[in-house]
Amino acid sequence: MNSSTRSARGALVTLVTWILVLIFFFPVLWMFLNGFKPESLASSINPSFIFKPVTEGYQLAMDRGMAGYLQNSLTAAVTSTIISVLLAIPAAYALSIRRVKNVQNSLSFFISTRFMPLAAIVLPLFMIFKTVGLLDNIYVLAIVYGAMNLPVTVWMMRSFLLEVPFEIIEAARVDGAGMFREIVRIVLPLVLPGVAAAALISFIFAWNEYFLALLLTSSAARTTPPFLGSFVDGRGQFLAVLSAAATIAALPVIIAGWVAQKQLVRGLSMGAIK
Amino acid sequence: MTTTTTTTQPTELDDVRAVTATDKRRLQRKELWRNRSLVLPAVIFLILLTQIPFLTTIGFSLTKWNLLYPNERAFAGFDNYTSALTSGDLWPSIVATVLITAFSVTLAVLFGLLFAVLLDRQFHGRAVARTLMITPFLIMPAAAALIWKYSMFDTNIGMLNWLFRALHLPVVSWSTEHPMMTVVIVLTWQFTPFMMLILLAGLQGQDKGILEAAQVDGAGTWRTFTWITLPHLRMYIEIGVLLGSVIILQVFDPIAILTKGTGGTKTLAYLLYERAFIGLDVGQAAAYGVVTVILTIIVATIALKSVFKVFMAGGSR
Repeated sequence: MNSSTRSARGALVTLVTWILVLIFFFPVLWMFLNGFKPESLASSINPSFIFKPVTEGYQLAMDRGMAGYLQNSLTAAVTSTIISVLLAIPAAYALSIRRVKNVQNSLSFFISTRFMPLAAIVLPLFMIFKTVGLLDNIYVLAIVYGAMNLPVTVWMMRSFLLEVPFEIIEAARVDGAGMFREIVRIVLPLVLPGVAAAALISFIFAWNEYFLALLLTSSAARTTPPFLGSFVDGRGQFLAVLSAAATIAALPVIIAGWVAQKQLVRGLSMGAIK
Repeated sequence: MTTTTTTTQPTELDDVRAVTATDKRRLQRKELWRNRSLVLPAVIFLILLTQIPFLTTIGFSLTKWNLLYPNERAFAGFDNYTSALTSGDLWPSIVATVLITAFSVTLAVLFGLLFAVLLDRQFHGRAVARTLMITPFLIMPAAAALIWKYSMFDTNIGMLNWLFRALHLPVVSWSTEHPMMTVVIVLTWQFTPFMMLILLAGLQGQDKGILEAAQVDGAGTWRTFTWITLPHLRMYIEIGVLLGSVIILQVFDPIAILTKGTGGTKTLAYLLYERAFIGLDVGQAAAYGVVTVILTIIVATIALKSVFKVFMAGGSR
């Protein structure tokens, strides 16, 4: 095989790759485009690819009170991320750098909790919160999300902490740094990218969560996913407003994910794959 | 003379040694406790919010408890389980859950492998292509299901049917004619990037020297792929399958939005939702919750044994 046929074949594979990627990406692109169409055009039987963009759909989404749902989503995602990161840092530090008996048991405990289906815990949570009047409270939802994300955060941070050269920590200990100082001054700055990645992953999961949000909130604390879900019962034409709402809802996580692309696989595999 | 004194009578030096030894042990114990106290808050938090609720779910599942008749709450033994089996709700739901998971995970692995291999090559705009590819996984699942439902599957305005019309094929009412396929398509679309990312990491971890050696030995692209790359990817595929299965076994969002559990797509999570929040039958719903856990454990243990080795290979000091 000479080099020109090889490069021709390479160009062909590249072309096929791009076609497949664009087909795969098309629903997202289509959502984005539909959000900027007037309703009559978006809900038309004949799709239009070239049109004069309008913000009518976004306007309508906001008129449906979307800002409030976004605010709740943000509160739940940020609060739960803070909870899981704050609890995970000392745990991951102890399980990677300090000596703890039964490290394996602790790690299995965390991983099995991660795999616990939400369906198995939602009923008692619902009943308890209902009894004490904490249903439809955004901070309660955030606490549950914190528990949902904690195992992933612990595992992921541990995988970053294992990469800190032990010599650095030993040097700090020789200098007489106490444990708190060791964590805050020495270890955390070294694994800051890891902490950020773990925080992003936990933010993404909390932002996108639908099942618990649907069951544990009703109005005041309702987040964006159940709000979007309510479009299913809609009447008439609503593809433009739906696409606009979906775009707003998806955008924060899409951007977060694009930024954290390199760390994404590590978070998804709980630190197993680097 | 002097030697006997040192061996029979403890000297001052021995005393010092003994003291430091116990001190050391005490210090060690103190340190162990302090280290344990670092893990404890996280463990207690999880026990309170997941373990105890789970045990309570088991308790609920053994009671007769319908919110419509709150005064008739009573211990029911395994009645909720037997009635789940006899009412004919449980078994189809298990089948739906397992089928949706199996189809979606398998397809996502296959497409993920295809895209991983294609995007592992050097080409112009590869970073952009990768970024576009991971988007379906990032998009809010509820939004993804809605977008597919209306802008892709819809009989009037859906792009798939627009394509079918253009090709002079009959229009398909996806969610009523092919409900299972509808759900599987959306899940596959969402999880392909997940698998692709894991498999890309695997491809990048390949020993380039071995690949070159195979090339020099005259092994073609296909043989290099099946004999060297695939075996190397095995553990990555296992991780992807395990994590993907455990997540998709709980699937709720696309069911609630695309089919509402019709046409053999009523997964356990959706069945539980229906029984508890529409039927208000807490005891029965709790039994479905427990069955979900059992199913998850079965599926997870099948894959977990080999995968845990990989997790632990992540290392410990």
